[in-house]
Amino acid sequence: MLSPIFYLFAAITLLGGIGVIAWKNPVSSALCMVASFVGIAGLFVGLNAYFVGVLQVLVYAGAIMVLFIFIIMLLDLKPSKYASFPPPTIAAAILIPLVIMFQLVVVISKTEAQPILINEASLKAAEKTELSLDPEAPNYIAKDSKIRKELSEGKLPDVHLIGNKLFTEFHFPLQVIGLLLLVATVGCIVLSRNTNSSQE
Amino acid sequence: MDISFLYPLIETVAKVLFFTFGLVLPLVAYSTYAERKLSAIIQDRVGPNRVGIPLTLLGFKKDIPLFGLIQPIADGVKGLLKEDFTPTYVRKFFFWIAPALTAIPAFLTLAVIPFGSQITIPFIDYTVNLTIADLNVGPLFVFAIASLSVYGITFAGWASNNKYSFFGGVRSCAQMISYEIALGLSLIPVLMFFGELNLGSIVEQQAHGGWTLLPLWNESGFILSEAYWSHQDAFLNWFMLIPLGIAFIVFTVSIFAETNRMPFDLPECETELVGGYHTEYSSMKFALFFIGEYTAMIVGSAIIITLFLGGWSLGFGLDRLLLWDHELGAWKSYAGIVHLGCFMTKIVAFVLFFILIRWTVPRFRYDQLMRLGWVVFFELALINIFIAAIILMWNTDGFTTVPKIISIISLSVFSFLMIWLAKSINTKRGSHSMPQS
Repeated sequence: MLSPIFYLFAAITLLGGIGVIAWKNPVSSALCMVASFVGIAGLFVGLNAYFVGVLQVLVYAGAIMVLFIFIIMLLDLKPSKYASFPPPTIAAAILIPLVIMFQLVVVISKTEAQPILINEASLKAAEKTELSLDPEAPNYIAKDSKIRKELSEGKLPDVHLIGNKLFTEFHFPLQVIGLLLLVATVGCIVLSRNTNSSQE
Repeated sequence: MDISFLYPLIETVAKVLFFTFGLVLPLVAYSTYAERKLSAIIQDRVGPNRVGIPLTLLGFKKDIPLFGLIQPIADGVKGLLKEDFTPTYVRKFFFWIAPALTAIPAFLTLAVIPFGSQITIPFIDYTVNLTIADLNVGPLFVFAIASLSVYGITFAGWASNNKYSFFGGVRSCAQMISYEIALGLSLIPVLMFFGELNLGSIVEQQAHGGWTLLPLWNESGFILSEAYWSHQDAFLNWFMLIPLGIAFIVFTVSIFAETNRMPFDLPECETELVGGYHTEYSSMKFALFFIGEYTAMIVGSAIIITLFLGGWSLGFGLDRLLLWDHELGAWKSYAGIVHLGCFMTKIVAFVLFFILIRWTVPRFRYDQLMRLGWVVFFELALINIFIAAIILMWNTDGFTTVPKIISIISLSVFSFLMIWLAKSINTKRGSHSMPQS
């Protein structure tokens, strides 16, 4: 059974999403997007993914959207003047969501629709069955680690589990992404520096 | 009738009401009083000393002054009764929503603060944990919600449709984003040390194993006893004081900047911006900004105390006396009340520290503020993470000498590069000698 909290946050997410495109004022749209992100964070929390939910608020609502609003306010953007959109725009606006919808429907129909129950008993069972004591196995967790301790107490150590996965199995992709972000940052600085020096 | 299934619901509602309206809001009110009184002492004035029990309203000849202790209530009534003036040229919706957006996040962050250990209610034998929501991501939750409060101030400045207010809003936006980085990075050594994101467990570890900044006792005994040094973490605690001390300084200063308190209250800098983002606000809307600021200050001090100064624990091994049979985790039924009192005492002390800083340190210039955040604290916090990691690595078995030496060399190279970079930025900025905003 889905809890009423789910419907509340789903409504916030959807209404926020509609608000983003319905409002002409860019600042209102940005605020609606923040509301939508907070709704998504609530949905993550409903799935027991506290860490992901909190990061959603921290990164998207708290940092990225603040920068968006900062830029919108600084440039003092006027409400968009389009009374109607050109036909290619409308065609793309219908086509792209349709493709995404199709993908979503296919994925959902392919997956086994078994609800994953997370409660004390299932977490205690997971400690015994899902984790391995063999250091070579991908799901290896040391015997006296915090993850095992928390799971055997019937708590979900989501932060520790994510950290363990990221820094063991997916360590290389993580480093690559870090490098990518570094390149993007350096690129940004180089581009903005160049315009400054040409003006001087 | 058995109503025990309702206990969790009643517990949550009672905790929310008690912690918000019973503890924090009165504390907010009286920190404004303390602020006025303390500033008066520092500036050799008298401060509020008149408002007491207004017996003259009832026909008596004299009021009872009570050292002006009723002043916050009078201020609140004034806020509600004053004319709520909205200028015609403002953006109405954002103008109205902005004060709420400042106050709400500040109150939401109260949810994860551990105010005390546990109280067992007699007769029904029900244990109440003195945290509203015992989340596993405590400090991150506080940062996430606190980062939303930037919208309130930014919208207030923008919606006022007034250049000076707008400057205030933009300044606060840039300032809070910049200091969030230092805030988050400075916390990492602490989290590495505890291996835990649950604020309640962090405090529990400190209660028995020594406060983060004051490891004078541990599970085995007090510092002068031999048992203390035979404990496996005794030396680690003292070595970790280096990174944790740096983390404490960076974190505390960043909290000052995040709450827009003096010496970082650039968004409402009177000498440059009239009143900053709240120039156009009056009556209760204006008061809401203040309530938001003071609540953020109280939450900030609560987080600092929780992470560095032992949270609700009495410390010095005294928490042991509140345990049944010296068994960890088994608190006596009244332990929570003692701990709550201890926590509130620490918070009041820290709020007074906040106020003292406000009235002694002059305001920063905006470029100095940005340089402190980006050039000093950012680098310092990064190096600090390295130091903490190396100390923890030496303490962990299973590392040979080669990686240990490599890590120390890389730390020194990294620190040297960082300091060199910071210096070069500083001299470049200095040669322009023009304050940037």
